[in-house]
Amino acid sequence: MKQSVTVVQDEKGNFGTMVKDFAIKLIPAMPKWNGKTLVRKVLIPLASIILFVGLWHVGAKALYNIEADYKIQKALTDQGQEAADQMAACIASGDVSCQPNTLPSPAQVWTSFNTLIADHKAISADKAEFKAKTAALNATREAEGKAPIVYTGRPSFVDQIFTSLKTVFAGFLLALIIAVPVGVIIGLSTTLRNSFNWLIQIFKPVSPVVWLLLVFMIVKTMTKDSDSDSAFIISFISVGLCAMWATLVNTAMGVATVDKDYINVAKVLKLGPIQKVFKVILPSSLPLIFTGLRITLSVAWMVLIAIELLAQSPGLGSFVWEEFQNGAIDSNSKIIVAMFVIGIIGFLLDRIMLTIQNMVSFNKNATA
Amino acid sequence: MAYLELKNVSMTYGRGANATEVLSNINLTIEEGEFVAIVGFTGSGKTTLVNLINGLLKPTSGEVLFKGEPVVDTSHERGVIFQNYSLLPWLTVGQNVHMAVKEAFPKASKKEINARVEEYVAMVNLSPAINKRPKELSGGMRQRVSVARALAMNPEMIIMDEPLGALDALTRGNLQDEILKIWSKDKRTALLITNDVDEGIYMADRIIPLKPGPNATLGPEFNINIERPRDKTELNDNLEYKKTRNAIIEYLMGIGEERKSASKKVYELPELTPKSFVA
Ligand SMILES: Nc1ncnc2c1ncn2[C@@H]1O[C@H](COP(=O)(O)OP(=O)(O)O)[C@@H](O)[C@H]1O
Ligand SMILES: [Mg+2]
Repeated sequence: MKQSVTVVQDEKGNFGTMVKDFAIKLIPAMPKWNGKTLVRKVLIPLASIILFVGLWHVGAKALYNIEADYKIQKALTDQGQEAADQMAACIASGDVSCQPNTLPSPAQVWTSFNTLIADHKAISADKAEFKAKTAALNATREAEGKAPIVYTGRPSFVDQIFTSLKTVFAGFLLALIIAVPVGVIIGLSTTLRNSFNWLIQIFKPVSPVVWLLLVFMIVKTMTKDSDSDSAFIISFISVGLCAMWATLVNTAMGVATVDKDYINVAKVLKLGPIQKVFKVILPSSLPLIFTGLRITLSVAWMVLIAIELLAQSPGLGSFVWEEFQNGAIDSNSKIIVAMFVIGIIGFLLDRIMLTIQNMVSFNKNATA
Repeated sequence: MAYLELKNVSMTYGRGANATEVLSNINLTIEEGEFVAIVGFTGSGKTTLVNLINGLLKPTSGEVLFKGEPVVDTSHERGVIFQNYSLLPWLTVGQNVHMAVKEAFPKASKKEINARVEEYVAMVNLSPAINKRPKELSGGMRQRVSVARALAMNPEMIIMDEPLGALDALTRGNLQDEILKIWSKDKRTALLITNDVDEGIYMADRIIPLKPGPNATLGPEFNINIERPRDKTELNDNLEYKKTRNAIIEYLMGIGEERKSASKKVYELPELTPKSFVA
């Protein structure tokens, strides 16, 4: 039997297959399914999740009981037996006004997660409605040269996630734009490397908080008479400055330790200095540069939350902070939801970088 | 005027207490169109000698003259085949050769460059692998890319540093013939570094042993007066071949012995009683 294969070779097709290739590489190869791998890859991780949730549940319950006993005891000593009985009844009834405030249980967190999603849907619907309503008005305003009316309602949890991602990518790009070229220049010259080493060693361990304050001092003055979004600018610059050191150090190291054989090839072929950098030195240090970028991205994500929290710029960090200050009955469980979301996004970002890193490394595969 | 001339060349690595003179008083003359082989033990300084000739290293004392001019830098006139292939691993076979051709013929058009790349890749029988990366190739294939890259630049002189050292006997034989074919086609000058006496005799006009270092110097030269093209199977019965081979091997064995006896130090061993782990 004959088989015919048609290959679509237009641009879109190529891009499609590229994306597919990438996705395939992102997901580790499916193992052959047999009893052993089923146990190893599915049952054991599943068991560990159940164990984790179980321990969490038990722990939360214990903390709840301690908190509840304390409340009842306090009512007893402050107001007497009657108040204590009332308090015990109130707690048992599950009434919102008197719930012990402690580590939320897995079930509460799950409920909060669903609440946040529902909230997001409601806000999205609201936004769409607002857009539809103002569409005509905005068109006329635009014609008149006025700024359009924008939605100013509260951002949903999902919006906050995207704001955080936007900030982290801006910070990451800033780190890349600064650290890679500087790293290359420093790496090329032993003299420069020796003279800048102290600077790198001093700035590398500086805490995100200090960077934020430093950036705040500068940006505050510089954006004085412009109406740009200075909270966003401050937080992404701080994130970039905090996170760029790994890339800087790795790039400089990669450039400084290019295999002598490759340098000899460049000399024998008589490549000019620019050609030598772009055709030999940079490609050969790409694996190390990407190792640095991977660390930079994960550091950026980690410090982002703290920086948003301090800079009052919108995003997951300020979400956590607002919920903490809010002190509503489900605030604690919302914070835990945010914690999981932060963790999972961090993990996914790292996976993406690992995949890119493996694609550019020409001999060995990096491991997680 | 000799084509390539080394006058009293010495090479020292390191400084002060760490200084080791690897090569001492090397004198060598190669005429245009000659095929010269240098044989020597590993670590005797062969690669150092090659790098002095191709311009990657400068001698501590003495002179390296190429067509009467001192060698101060690398040059496209002297093509190098490195001992460890030195292909750029992020480039394909074609791209590795392309990079060299583009540098050697800066005025050539894109089409001419591509044609030349294809020609030389075909010459080493690697056309089917032109889009592969070095890590997908066997050692022999990599070495052939390295040969193609050096020759595609059309150098006047080919300098080969143990080009076939890491290959199996069969691939080795094939590549020897390919290199000879290219060399004889337009009679370039060739310098072959090898650790295999038979390879030297089969390929070269002249063999010079390098006495082992430190302070390595060149030994007496042996002329190979065997008609070309040479035939490997007939070579074994050739009287001239046997005579030269025995003479060179005897010489190398002699310096090998010398080296051994020179390093006959007596080492005092500490008095230790082995501890028994068996109860
Ligand atoms: N860059 C270097 N610095 C110091 N010592 C070197 C260097 N390169 C080679 N050597 C030493 O010089 C000697 C000869 O090396 P090499 O020329 O590579 O020998 P061969 O090619 O014959 O095996 C060796 O002992 C080696 O350790
Ligand atoms: Mg060597």
